[in-house]
Amino acid sequence: MPPKTDRTILLDARAMSRALQRMAVEVAELAHGPADLVLVGIQRRGVELAERIAKLIEKDEGVAVPRGALDITLYRDDLETVGPTPVIGETHLPVDLTGKHVVIVDDVLYTGRTVRAALDELADFGRPKRISLCVLVDRGGRELPIQADIVGKAVKTGPGDRVDVQVEELDGRDQVDLVR
Amino acid sequence: MTTSLGKDLTGLEHLTPDEIRLILDTAEPFKEVSERPIKKVPALRGKTIVNLFFEASTRTRISFEFAEKRLSADTVNVAATGSSVSKGETLVDTAKNLEAMRIDMVVIRHPSSGAADFLGQRIRSNVINAGDGKHEHPTQALLDLLTIRDKHGKIEGLNVCLVGDIQHSRVARSNIWGLTKLGAHVGVCGPHTLMPRGIEELGVTMFSRIEEAIEWADVLNVLRLQLERMEKGFIPSLREYYRVWGVTPERLERSPRPITIMHPGPMNRGVEIDSRVADGPHSVILDQVTNGVAVRMAVLYLLAGGRPELADAAKRGGGGTE
Repeated sequence: MPPKTDRTILLDARAMSRALQRMAVEVAELAHGPADLVLVGIQRRGVELAERIAKLIEKDEGVAVPRGALDITLYRDDLETVGPTPVIGETHLPVDLTGKHVVIVDDVLYTGRTVRAALDELADFGRPKRISLCVLVDRGGRELPIQADIVGKAVKTGPGDRVDVQVEELDGRDQVDLVR
Repeated sequence: MTTSLGKDLTGLEHLTPDEIRLILDTAEPFKEVSERPIKKVPALRGKTIVNLFFEASTRTRISFEFAEKRLSADTVNVAATGSSVSKGETLVDTAKNLEAMRIDMVVIRHPSSGAADFLGQRIRSNVINAGDGKHEHPTQALLDLLTIRDKHGKIEGLNVCLVGDIQHSRVARSNIWGLTKLGAHVGVCGPHTLMPRGIEELGVTMFSRIEEAIEWADVLNVLRLQLERMEKGFIPSLREYYRVWGVTPERLERSPRPITIMHPGPMNRGVEIDSRVADGPHSVILDQVTNGVAVRMAVLYLLAGGRPELADAAKRGGGGTE
């Protein structure tokens, strides 16, 4: 018999929409306007979130915000232990990142190892003037000295817990659950 | 649904269609790595790979070496001449000595069929077959499959004809395994002196005239004619071969559809293939070379991390947990 799990909703669709609105405003503020801004989403759900935030900024500011996608699989430090990821996602950066303000967008910030890998990978694409981090959920539990600049929702979790992020584009609905 | 490769890649004969698709799908993102300003990712940092070549090879060895370096592995090339191999050391002794220096993978090319399997069973390192005798050349067939899939959007249901020296060709053998497993119809066409007996048992259609093959095929994979075959009397002359079997624009014109032209290289222009065809609009010969690096990166990556039980355990952590 599988162990009993307890699922609580951290963000429903309306709360997630409000969080993204606020995050979009904060990103624009942090970057002093969208001029040099590039949003880079981490595969997979970070890509969708970056797309949403970029659209919200575009609506407010009236200019196009370039966005890219980053798959950090090949920069992971745990190929030996977790094995190869069956399908590696697309990495696509729209512009040369040199001199840009890059905002990394991801769904969940946990150990910080994904962000560490993303920083390494971005460095191979140019020299941004600044890199910031924007996450929908910060669940604590860092193993590296990495902090987010913009957070949709912070929640304390244990190592056995799981944060499930669903986005409309991939999962049919917007919702964030904490499973413990 | 976890599909993973085992320790070695020695041929396509014993791979499942899902395993072949896994390699092709994994190769896809690796294409983009070669287009980056810094053509390198750290996935195999700290791995040591030996390219052990007992037979001359330029293209395959360079392709493997680029693949290894673009994954940040450390590589050493050992050629048969100028090494202790020429002093009579056995294959296993050579490999065990290399292994004693703590290597992780061996890419081997050898004139004897079965050499890669033989080695794989005797050393702990991963072994990748870069061509063994008349047996298999799996990464060549994989890059051919990827190139066909890129060009036609699918492999299943296509008519793919291998033209030339089927008898001595490990490329042909690996192609037949890979293509039939992925649902293509495979034809073979060439002089009967270069056609192995019982080839139909592999589920291929035999064409005794190049014109018939052209009428049937969506893709022609034109094999290299090893020039020493002529010396051994399998064919009368190169000019005769070109006249009877050469893939020429005049012959292709009679086809009801444009035919994708492939060649594993190095080409004998004016023997098995006419220059106007090799450089023509339907030739994907250079795409094959580009895809070769991506496919080899995929194979190296998949074998290097081959610990499926751990991958399963990690996946149970589920989504959104990094």
